[in-house]
Amino acid sequence: MYIGQVSGTVVATIKHEAFHGRKLLIVDQLDLAGEPNGVYDICVDVVQAGVGDRVLVMDEGNGARQILQQAVAPIRAVIVGIVDEVSV
Amino acid sequence: MQLAKVIGTVVATQKYEGLEGIKFLIVQPLTKHQQPKGEPVVAADATAQAGPGTLVFIVGSREAAQALPNTFVPVDHAIVGIVDDVDTGN
Repeated sequence: MYIGQVSGTVVATIKHEAFHGRKLLIVDQLDLAGEPNGVYDICVDVVQAGVGDRVLVMDEGNGARQILQQAVAPIRAVIVGIVDEVSV
Repeated sequence: MQLAKVIGTVVATQKYEGLEGIKFLIVQPLTKHQQPKGEPVVAADATAQAGPGTLVFIVGSREAAQALPNTFVPVDHAIVGIVDDVDTGN
């Protein structure tokens, strides 16, 4: 999992059925200093995150299918938590 | 999943069993500000509605094959949605 910052939204009407009803957010990956490292992911949100939130992202297919309760889904990156505090 | 732009098409008559009828498109991965990032790749179109010039989002790795009707195929990139709007606040 990595820590990221939600920086935008994506709207798509025509999409694979596994995405129907799912919220898509753009998350910028952060380094441990809290700065964007240039990598981003379009993530499915299951924790009601919003733009500006610092979040925990899990970018792994099997875990994504477990969380979304789907046996087959072309989804990898899922926002699994909203970060309260990071201490390094 | 990443943003990408469809920039071309690929036709292949001889291909792996299970890929019949699947549309292949050349896509250019993009940054969140829709600038080209990295090399173009060939992606299977799971929406069956994308075409050159379309802004799409793609998934890679094993999940790409999961987007297709037959999930046991050698596909490593798939178009899973056509983007209507991207809002990055600027």
